[in-house]
Amino acid sequence: MNYADLFRATLPETTLEIAALLVLVVDLAFLRKAAQSVRNTSAAFLGILGCAAAAWFVPLERVSLDGPDGSALLGAGGFTACAQLGILALTVLCLALLIDSLFTRHVGEFVAVMLMSAAGGLIIAAAQDLIVIFIGLELLSLGLYILTAFAKKSAKSAEAAIKYYLFGGMSAAFLLFGFSYLYGIFGTTSVLGITGALSEGGATPALLFVALVMIAAGLGFKVAAVPFHLWAPDTYEGAPAPAAAFIASVSKVASFALLLTLSTHWLLPLGPLSGPRETLGARVADDIRTWMPWATILIILAAVSMALGNLAALAQTSVRRLLAYSAIAHAGYILLGVAFWPGPAFYVAGGFPSRALFLRSTNAVLYYILTYALTTIGAFGVVGVVERATGSDKLDSFLGLHKRNPVLAAVLLVLFLSLAGIPPLVGFWAKFNLFAAVLAVGAGPVPFTLVALAVAFSAVSLYYYLQVLKRAYVMPAADESPIRTHPVTTIVLVLIAAAVVILGCFPSLLGDWIQSFYR
Amino acid sequence: MLSFAIYLSFAGALIEALLPRRNAALARTFALLVAVAGLAIAVAGFFAGAGQGLVVITDMPWVASMGIRYTLAADGISRVLVLLTGLAAVAGVLFSWNIEHRTNEFFAFYFALIGGVYGVFLSYDLFLLFVFYEIAIVPKYFLIAIWGSTRREYGAMKLALYSFVGSAMVLIGLLAAYATSGSHSTGLVALAHAGLPLSFQMWAFPLVFVGFGILAGLWPFHTWAPTGHVAAPTAASMLLAGVVMKLGAYGCLRVAIGLFPHGLDPWGFSYFGIGSWRDVFALLAVIGIVYGALVALAQTDFKFVIGYSSVSHMGFVLLGLVTLNQIGVDGAVLQMFSHGVIAGLLFAIVGRIVYDRTHTRQFADLEHMHLSKRLPFAAWAFVVAGMASMGLPGFSGFIAELQVLIGAWLTRPIWTAGAGIGIVVGVAYTWRALQKAFFSDLPPAQHIHDHAHALAPITWPEIAGVSLLGAATLLVGVYPRILLDQIEPAVKALLAGGLQ
Repeated sequence: MNYADLFRATLPETTLEIAALLVLVVDLAFLRKAAQSVRNTSAAFLGILGCAAAAWFVPLERVSLDGPDGSALLGAGGFTACAQLGILALTVLCLALLIDSLFTRHVGEFVAVMLMSAAGGLIIAAAQDLIVIFIGLELLSLGLYILTAFAKKSAKSAEAAIKYYLFGGMSAAFLLFGFSYLYGIFGTTSVLGITGALSEGGATPALLFVALVMIAAGLGFKVAAVPFHLWAPDTYEGAPAPAAAFIASVSKVASFALLLTLSTHWLLPLGPLSGPRETLGARVADDIRTWMPWATILIILAAVSMALGNLAALAQTSVRRLLAYSAIAHAGYILLGVAFWPGPAFYVAGGFPSRALFLRSTNAVLYYILTYALTTIGAFGVVGVVERATGSDKLDSFLGLHKRNPVLAAVLLVLFLSLAGIPPLVGFWAKFNLFAAVLAVGAGPVPFTLVALAVAFSAVSLYYYLQVLKRAYVMPAADESPIRTHPVTTIVLVLIAAAVVILGCFPSLLGDWIQSFYR
Repeated sequence: MLSFAIYLSFAGALIEALLPRRNAALARTFALLVAVAGLAIAVAGFFAGAGQGLVVITDMPWVASMGIRYTLAADGISRVLVLLTGLAAVAGVLFSWNIEHRTNEFFAFYFALIGGVYGVFLSYDLFLLFVFYEIAIVPKYFLIAIWGSTRREYGAMKLALYSFVGSAMVLIGLLAAYATSGSHSTGLVALAHAGLPLSFQMWAFPLVFVGFGILAGLWPFHTWAPTGHVAAPTAASMLLAGVVMKLGAYGCLRVAIGLFPHGLDPWGFSYFGIGSWRDVFALLAVIGIVYGALVALAQTDFKFVIGYSSVSHMGFVLLGLVTLNQIGVDGAVLQMFSHGVIAGLLFAIVGRIVYDRTHTRQFADLEHMHLSKRLPFAAWAFVVAGMASMGLPGFSGFIAELQVLIGAWLTRPIWTAGAGIGIVVGVAYTWRALQKAFFSDLPPAQHIHDHAHALAPITWPEIAGVSLLGAATLLVGVYPRILLDQIEPAVKALLAGGLQ
């Protein structure tokens, strides 16, 4: 490794950091006296430019940046590139929704922190080394704590940030603890190195299991999986709307990209599977003994998240908390896809891992998380507008929305029905694709029961999404004064809703795009 | 060509949503135009398809990587049901002529529902069929919750959740069939020929049959139907009973029986004469027939009578389906059409012609109103519809229920006996409703008499709608060949296991 390589490999992250500094300079040096709307617009615009520039530099070919000992630190290409571009695109949407926000005067700082967090997300998506993973996670998380606390006049915002920070610190400690065990067992921090050492055997399963549980706890926190979800409702409720949208989308995409990296390496033994059949069989048996715990942990997290997320959402009266619990439920569905990864089980069944199957599972998970993130940003956009107009995010503040702002109500209708998984919207297709991939990977009573559970819970979810839509469309409202929106907000929200409809009708558009990263 | 009925309806929904909010006349005129155009396409497609068997309308890859195709095709069964949908859509618009509140939105949801229904009847890919099936669920919720009457939010939510639970069961079956078949296709034909293992069909069949059966009013999952029908505005009850319940029955036939025919095979053991899923569902259907009829007999609300009668009549459809013989399934499909028309007519009379004028549906109040004298048109329309509903010869219900009964007799005579009881009770509740609502000679009650002069005259859309539906049931009753010529070959092909 030399510094030129490092620079090239981290060019997108560097671009984001430079853009962050630029936003700060412009906002604080030139625009301090300017009107708030000008400051908002300029900061968001510069941030969007920064994201676009970073996207330009995202490496598409499969390369890896190697550390001094020759093991990979950062990967590129494949689903990494796809997740990175997704992160940048979602950041752009969050920034666009910031334009008419009024929760802070220090919008320059807000945008700068958001961009730095996004840089952390890019690192996580690419990380191939435990230390780099940790640095990326911290870079992302620290930014998120600040963003959560940004509405300084709101006590809820401060409370949410403290809660988020405490839980986050704790889970980071868990993660680090797990990583240290892995290092202790294998003597390397490289994800690939660990896989390699493992296939040679000699690990202590008990210690390994402890390490994996700790790591799952740390990552379970990031994706808000039960029982590490406790921060989510409070944070979603207290954070300013653009920050909540960012947490619900970008941070989720980055964390799931990391989970994909880990699952890919830790469920797929590395190296060409040549050699006599007996050796292969023995190796497979070893793999199952050692790495199945990872899948088992993920399955448990997935099942509990689906159940608790959906059931708890039924009882919510705040739409933000409702979205938080629905996010937990959706995390459960996605974890199911990650848990049933084309891993060792396949070698037993088919003899060889199927690349087509691997691609299909990757595609399904990425498809789900990207479209979910898109939908949820739109949902927070609508919640943000309604909140500004009515002063609350309670269910009842959505009363009569179809009269007060028909466009907003239509967007809400599309987004929430998509979250509930109603065709022809993209949420349905994402679910179908994911569950079909799970069943293709694991054919047996366990995956089947889990999928049936997931489908059953998505039927439950329709109830709470309809609770919001019922208020927007059905129930009479006391206040029918129109709600005004900034034209940019309207355009962004309509575009998101249109994307949800179009991708739902033509799912191949996004599917082929994701697939194109593997050619 | 039939596929344009789908696109036209969705385009109509979109345009209605964008029409100016205040201009109700424009919205309903446009709605009538769209519905009539849809009916014209359905009629033309019906006659163009005569004697042609299965006609593939559109077939192109949709999601190539998953083997999902956008396949629209129509055989005789589809064409009959599309025709029914066209009729119901026009009649529904005519009986919604007095909707003044959020008119354009009403018709937007209305046509989204109609488009989904057309789509289900024309889909020949399981995934596509499911998509259209779910599209039809959400508009029902809003139609009932916004424009409905008695306990509308409760009825709407109950209906939406029952439907969604049913469709979740179907989705599980769809995913499992897709994964199990390994054929990498969701086409109905490909799945039918995939040779799904018997053990799989044995549990997939009841899952999917119940999933669709919920929407078809399968006892004991029928409870959404009466509350939903009663809560719904007239046009929505007409559509619910007229075509949406048929979606469920159609799914039972096309998907459950078509894809998992061996799920109906005997288990190899039997308790109390029940030795296969076929016996189980026949029993549930017969219970539905008798139970629906008996409960209808005890109602005090006019609309609940019709609501429960729908459960009873749909029991005939389900019974006909599980007879698995030519005449029984023919009868089931014909009964779908017949009940669609007759239930539409009954709901129109109760909901639009009577309730919108009297503002009560309680027999206790109607008995004092002498409606046969004050609304003779309604009374005579109900006499005709009631006779059709009872299954009198000369109406479509007669030939349909007769075929179902013959089919049941050929399989298990005891089923026919059970269903026969339902027919007798059916006569009783219809006469009772007719007598109490229209021909009672109790003295006029004072508080009602005060408003006696307020009954508005019958309007032309009502006359047109009643004539349309009444003519349809009479025509099919007098000359059932017009439908049976198309139904019979399609049923034959389906029963032979060749979905082609």
